[in-house]
Amino acid sequence: MSVGTRNKTSFDWVLILIYLALVFIGWLSIYATSQNPEVTEFFNLDNLYFKQLIWISFGFVLIVFILSLEVKFLERFSSLFYLICLVLLIGLFLFGKNINGATSWYAIGSLTLQPSEFAKAATALALAKFLSDLQTDIKTLEGQLKAFAVVALPALIILPQPDPGSAIVYAAFFFPLYREGLAGVYLIIGFSSIILFVSTLLLGTPLICSIILLTGILLFYLNRKKRPSKRIYFGTILLACLFSLSVNYIFNNIFEQRHRDRFNIALGKEIDTQSIGYNTQQSEIAIGNGGWTGQGFLQGTQTTGDFVPEQETDYIFSAVGEEWGFLGSLVVVFLFVALILRIIILSERQKNEFSRIYGYGVAGILFIHFSVNIGMVTGLLPTVGIPLPFFSYGGSGLWAFTILLFIFIKLDSNRVNEW
Amino acid sequence: MRKILLFALVLTTGLIFAGRLFYLQIYDTSATTLSKNNAIKAVYDYPQRGHIYDRNGELLVSNQPSYDLMAIPREIKAFDTLALTKLIGVTPEKLRKEIRRAWNYSPRQAQVIIPTLSKEEYAFLGEQLRKFEGFYIQKRSLRDYQIDFGANFLGYIQEVNPSTVSKDPYYNSGDLIGRQGVEEQYEHTLRGIKGVKRFQKDNFNREIGPYKNGTLDTLPVQGKDITLTIDAKLQEYAESLLTNKRGGIVAIEPSTGEILALATGPSYDPADLVGRKRSKNYTKMSYDSITKPLTDRALQGQYAPGSPFKALTGLIALQENVIGLNDNVYCTGSYNYGGRKPLGCHAHKRSVNLVSGIAHSCNSYFATTYRRTIDKYETPQKGMNAWKRHLESFGLGNYLGYDLPIGKKGLIPGADFYDRYYEFYWGSTTNISNSIGQGEVLMTPIQMANFTAAIANRGYYYKPHIIKSIKGEKTIPSIFTKKNVTTINKKHFEPVIQGLNDVYNFGTAKSLKVPGIEICGKTGTAENYDKIDGKRVQLTDHSTFVAFAPKDDPKIAIAVFIENGYWGSRYGGRIASLLIDKYLNEEVARKDLENWVLNHSLEEEYAKPLLGKPFPINDGSKISAKFLAQENLEQ
Repeated sequence: MSVGTRNKTSFDWVLILIYLALVFIGWLSIYATSQNPEVTEFFNLDNLYFKQLIWISFGFVLIVFILSLEVKFLERFSSLFYLICLVLLIGLFLFGKNINGATSWYAIGSLTLQPSEFAKAATALALAKFLSDLQTDIKTLEGQLKAFAVVALPALIILPQPDPGSAIVYAAFFFPLYREGLAGVYLIIGFSSIILFVSTLLLGTPLICSIILLTGILLFYLNRKKRPSKRIYFGTILLACLFSLSVNYIFNNIFEQRHRDRFNIALGKEIDTQSIGYNTQQSEIAIGNGGWTGQGFLQGTQTTGDFVPEQETDYIFSAVGEEWGFLGSLVVVFLFVALILRIIILSERQKNEFSRIYGYGVAGILFIHFSVNIGMVTGLLPTVGIPLPFFSYGGSGLWAFTILLFIFIKLDSNRVNEW
Repeated sequence: MRKILLFALVLTTGLIFAGRLFYLQIYDTSATTLSKNNAIKAVYDYPQRGHIYDRNGELLVSNQPSYDLMAIPREIKAFDTLALTKLIGVTPEKLRKEIRRAWNYSPRQAQVIIPTLSKEEYAFLGEQLRKFEGFYIQKRSLRDYQIDFGANFLGYIQEVNPSTVSKDPYYNSGDLIGRQGVEEQYEHTLRGIKGVKRFQKDNFNREIGPYKNGTLDTLPVQGKDITLTIDAKLQEYAESLLTNKRGGIVAIEPSTGEILALATGPSYDPADLVGRKRSKNYTKMSYDSITKPLTDRALQGQYAPGSPFKALTGLIALQENVIGLNDNVYCTGSYNYGGRKPLGCHAHKRSVNLVSGIAHSCNSYFATTYRRTIDKYETPQKGMNAWKRHLESFGLGNYLGYDLPIGKKGLIPGADFYDRYYEFYWGSTTNISNSIGQGEVLMTPIQMANFTAAIANRGYYYKPHIIKSIKGEKTIPSIFTKKNVTTINKKHFEPVIQGLNDVYNFGTAKSLKVPGIEICGKTGTAENYDKIDGKRVQLTDHSTFVAFAPKDDPKIAIAVFIENGYWGSRYGGRIASLLIDKYLNEEVARKDLENWVLNHSLEEEYAKPLLGKPFPINDGSKISAKFLAQENLEQ
């Protein structure tokens, strides 16, 4: 302890500066999207940007609080946070408030809180705690099942709220698991399932099955001198074909029509500019209208004309695209990439397993949010309602991401004190 | 691998997004247009279209207000349908249909329900408009014609078509644009520039304020008035003389190239293409494939010029130095060049030289000079091209370059034309008909008027043009003030002009003299053919005439072309004589001649091929002689 005391406050200022930059640009964008000609004074709670400013201020209080906590406290009570979050999530089924068709909020007066946002941070802590335990071995099936359970439990509770967007985020925990030694076969299975799913939708089952069969047999034939196991080869081929066959069933029978539409639009199989494709089209128009340097702050016609629905929340990036153009958008993309890469690099430097796993969890969560959100806003991915961290309007989200990030900054500041 | 997977994924995603953003924001520019349609509403302020005056300052075309009944479909409240339909003079079915159409297009957007109400309808409706909620009146400007002639060179205005809108960003759907005539040619001058105020809209199409604080808004620029070279009185007279005839008349002032009259028959009242009846009238005329009232025969009619061409044949022969002024040709009534049948001529004294050859329109004389011209060169190709070069210097065989949007090239065949046509040898006798303005030579009436003006000027011409001045501009385009010199030496014109003068003195038009004015002119009787039921049939000859006057100080050069007008002096000569009289003397004293032209109709003649009747005019000299006796006129 005596060695590290003088370094006790060495917070990573790069992360803090990127955080401040993102929150600031995010607030400017909310300011641009929520111009209301009827409310002219700044300090008015009818203004979303003023409310967001209050959330940001609260966020700073949270930061001070987190940074003043003892690291040991965070590590020791992580299971407790996790349990509290689970209870809050379950409690939604009884006391939750329904907003936009999803029962994901607690309402306390006019203030609403979304526990699923905080559950991500709690799950990251709990997973870090579980994996860093000396008794846990991720290479055993038991260890894997337990780890999956930690991750899947909150996701399964969130899914039927219904909030599939927030549930998808839990896929982020694959990254810390894989980093800590989860077998590579999961990665292969995961990736090939996604590729099979999309290619089957695009090209149809018969073509995909024939391609699988032909390449499988060809590979087997080419490797025949190595005496490959017939069982593995043909088992894989069979499974792949079965999966491809079931894609149509899943797509047509388990997915709802709106999900099907979203997929078809993202895959370019359907063109729709009115009902379900309206958001994406308007968002693409707004971004495209930006050109090189953008229309200028408060000058975006799509943004000030409220053409993009949900622009202050999930579609906030389209405001950046229109008002700050290609260069401004690149800056934001660069900030996110830098933030996540910085977290990964710092995580790798952690000597404490708990901090490293938690860091990977944070990087994974931010990555999924960043890629799915901007992918959706730019029309590359189907519409999935998840917010852009630090940008999208909303107190719960902002606070949850602030807590998520600053716990890591706290853990990281402590790394010299370990040992 | 385990350490770099996420790292690599994040980097890749960043690059993919950068690429996607580049595509959306830089590469694919369609979004900007879509956004403009989405979010910016432009309100236009249309300036008054410029007025059109004739050369004497008489107002020809001005503007009149017109009133459109507009409505925002959503805001229409239940109203007394019958009362409204009575006020605006439409049936209730029509009104309901229009409202339904507007509603289907957009319930929120203001649209025209009934266009162009008359002043009277507007006056009564305006008083009671408050009873019909959701409706309002929009004022527009339409053309107001002070004259009922000149439709062919005035042109008209109409709503722009979608292809113009997509090509020219100035125009928006529903804007008016000039079509045909000076309305099209001087569109940019006449229309001015509309002013624009831009408002930003929100997603409910509501205005939320000026776009970019109005910094891009502009004020309208007034349209400019233009003065035409047309003499309205002469034009009106020319058109009246074309009553019941098909053909074209062009009159040019030789010293300037200004077009004094440009008439085509049949024509129409320009007011027919204004307002609510416009569409109906236009359709009717454009479907009329027999009389073709929308075709300007003065500019677009390509005809064999006939005998007036002999003046050019003579000029070329003089310039090529292949004839002398006193070289006589002995005409036996036909010219035998060794073809299947001799080139026929008509009755006149046997021995002719250049001057009397023109006066008597002797075919044999000009066949001879033509052969000498072509055969002067070692090959017919060279001869033909030399001949063509001379003619081209008179503005023939190509677009003249006048300031009206339509026209035809005509045809002056050169060596390559016949090389393509004939597989083996060809020579001056092959196309001997060219010498007398038949054969392959084709001209439009305005080209004929122009070469007449060039002869009147003794060797040069100015490009014919219809613009005299533009208000606020000192000059007209310089191409119209540049002298175009022909390849014929000035001294060669005098004998030809003497011949043209003798046409009136003792030649083919001696009965058409205007007292006190020395006129030079030339009759033309052009054979023409058509296909009827797949058979090539010779129709009644066209009547052509070119003239200029006075002989020594030409003020007017005229070409008249009357389709199937029997022979040159019968219609063409009479009309030219009357027009010269009108222009130089203001008043026509020869009322009997005037009445003859006004009352004679060729409609029966035009009906003949359609009814399958024969054409006795071509049956030989006997019937011609009968006509001669009847009219007491010499061909």
